[in-house]
Amino acid sequence: MDILSNLAMGFGVALSPFTLMLAVIGCFIGTIVGALPGLGPSNGVAILIPITFTVGLDATSALVLMTAVYYGAMYGGRISSILLNIPGDEPALMTTLDGYPMAKAGRAGDALVLSGVASFVGAFLATLGLIVLAPLLARVAFVFGPAEYFALYMLAFATLGGMSSNNQAKAAIASCIGLGIAMIGVDNNSGLPRLTGGNLHLYDGVDFLVAIVGLFAIAEVFFFIESHGKNTSIGVKLDKVTIPWKDIVETKWTMLRCSLIGFIAGVLPGAGASLGSFLSYMTEKSIAGEEGKFGTGVPKGVAAPEAGNNAAAGGALVPMLTLGVPGSGTTAVLLALLMTLNITPGPTLFTERPEVVWGLIASLLIANVVLLLMNVPMVKVFVKILMVPPWVLLPGVTMVSFVGIYSLSGSYFDLLLMVAFGALGFVLRKLDVPTVPIILGILLGGHMEDALRRAMVLSDGEIGYLFSSPISIGLWLVAVAGFVAPMFLRKVLKKPQRITD
Amino acid sequence: MASDRIFGAVATLVALAYIASATQIQTGFMADPVGPRTFPIIIGSVAALCGMVIAIRPDPDPEWPELATLGALALSVIVLIGYAYALKPLGFLLPTAIAAGFLSYQIQPKPVKAVLAGIGLSLGLFLIFKYALGLGLVAVPKSMLG
Repeated sequence: MDILSNLAMGFGVALSPFTLMLAVIGCFIGTIVGALPGLGPSNGVAILIPITFTVGLDATSALVLMTAVYYGAMYGGRISSILLNIPGDEPALMTTLDGYPMAKAGRAGDALVLSGVASFVGAFLATLGLIVLAPLLARVAFVFGPAEYFALYMLAFATLGGMSSNNQAKAAIASCIGLGIAMIGVDNNSGLPRLTGGNLHLYDGVDFLVAIVGLFAIAEVFFFIESHGKNTSIGVKLDKVTIPWKDIVETKWTMLRCSLIGFIAGVLPGAGASLGSFLSYMTEKSIAGEEGKFGTGVPKGVAAPEAGNNAAAGGALVPMLTLGVPGSGTTAVLLALLMTLNITPGPTLFTERPEVVWGLIASLLIANVVLLLMNVPMVKVFVKILMVPPWVLLPGVTMVSFVGIYSLSGSYFDLLLMVAFGALGFVLRKLDVPTVPIILGILLGGHMEDALRRAMVLSDGEIGYLFSSPISIGLWLVAVAGFVAPMFLRKVLKKPQRITD
Repeated sequence: MASDRIFGAVATLVALAYIASATQIQTGFMADPVGPRTFPIIIGSVAALCGMVIAIRPDPDPEWPELATLGALALSVIVLIGYAYALKPLGFLLPTAIAAGFLSYQIQPKPVKAVLAGIGLSLGLFLIFKYALGLGLVAVPKSMLG
């Protein structure tokens, strides 16, 4: 009953005509952002955060708008995956495996609608899971002391690094870059500047929004300059869009199974949506066996990764809201949004600001329904948007990024930093160094150091305190396993490569 | 091979420099057992270690762009830096049109389209930001009008 009354309160917050309008606008913008090749959920949401902030919406409205954009981008991402064979971000890669062949076989409309329904099922079930699991976890999180938090941050970096890269050393160095940048600025404890090199602009530290927009959006522009926008031709024509009832009914168990798998993968801190869609696809592939013909454009191959991906996106919100540790690149961006709005996620959020948590959950449910209603009949409109040529789109993205960051602080220095992060992001991604751990490091670095220092104050400098409770020992063990295991599993769990034609 | 060796070596050097500057951090008189230096030094050490591992066990080289493309990229970075400096003194419209047109030309080298993209984006985005979103942008500074 507790849950229902909380949910009612959430809908009370999120269901006013104004917020409902914001949700619809957010879903629309989000789908466009997701559908545009070269803009995925993370960089799309990233460039919009500063703008939302400057427009001066209150916390709840901004949250409703941006979660709608976030979910919308997850929905929209499948459009470019299926029609262009260009995944908007890492998790959408799995959708291209069967979606693109299906579209080439003349069933583009069916693939789009089916994946839309699968996204809806995955996201809806995951939101229900979030409603049940998050309050429970928040209660557990109350017993977390600084030592447990320190171990938890280690776990997040270890698993994220382990999963997201092919080379452990590169993942670890990415985390270090992020953490190292987070240290710049005035030290909270002593009030003295650290590592600023005497530059006054750096006394406030490096704004994580500057880093996110630089690493995600500006770096993407450089990649387009490198390729001269070559791989962006329209691959497939879309004719009539009808609802493929037969396929939807046939894939219902696939969707349910994958939602569960995706949700569990999403809840693990650091693992996130990529793992969710990957595991769902691989599981369904092995259940279907050789006769399932996965990879040739079968409906199950389209439904599985989309349900898994969206369920994981919902699941990733569980550790993000209850512990303040995001599970993926996109949830890291959402965490950045919350921090911009002065909302600190963690167990206390559920007791002190229930209206934010439940308002967010209610707006997720609303956004999900709006998206399903919007996506099936309007998919043709969104497909038109794919026609925007890269030579207009990418300069546009750059200018929006500049204006957004400029309106945050009004200083040219942040713009220079953003360009520097863009160049850094380009070089690092060329070298196969993942950039998500950098974002995570900048976001969590301060908290991680605080946890360490408070733990050491409590224990009077005794290092063993970090490993003194069963919870923290468990977290350390999982952290080590999450970092080391992928080195051995890599040969077994080989990622399917993107299909090229 | 070579790329990773260079990257590893550079990363190690930067990490060592980071550690060196971390040892110079002033400590306040309200010292806690850890202090403001320890955590940055730990990070630097881990980074240095990783840098050495990368240099010793490099991955295969990525495909680097040709020299001409690298030049285009470097030029784009310079234009963006110039744009960052120009945005305040010269107003929104003019620098945006130039920077957007330049980037557009770099992505697809068709001069007419690039000019149109630059002008269109500059005007369009200005209208959206100024009137739809209400951001306080300056179109053209007063000193340039008079």
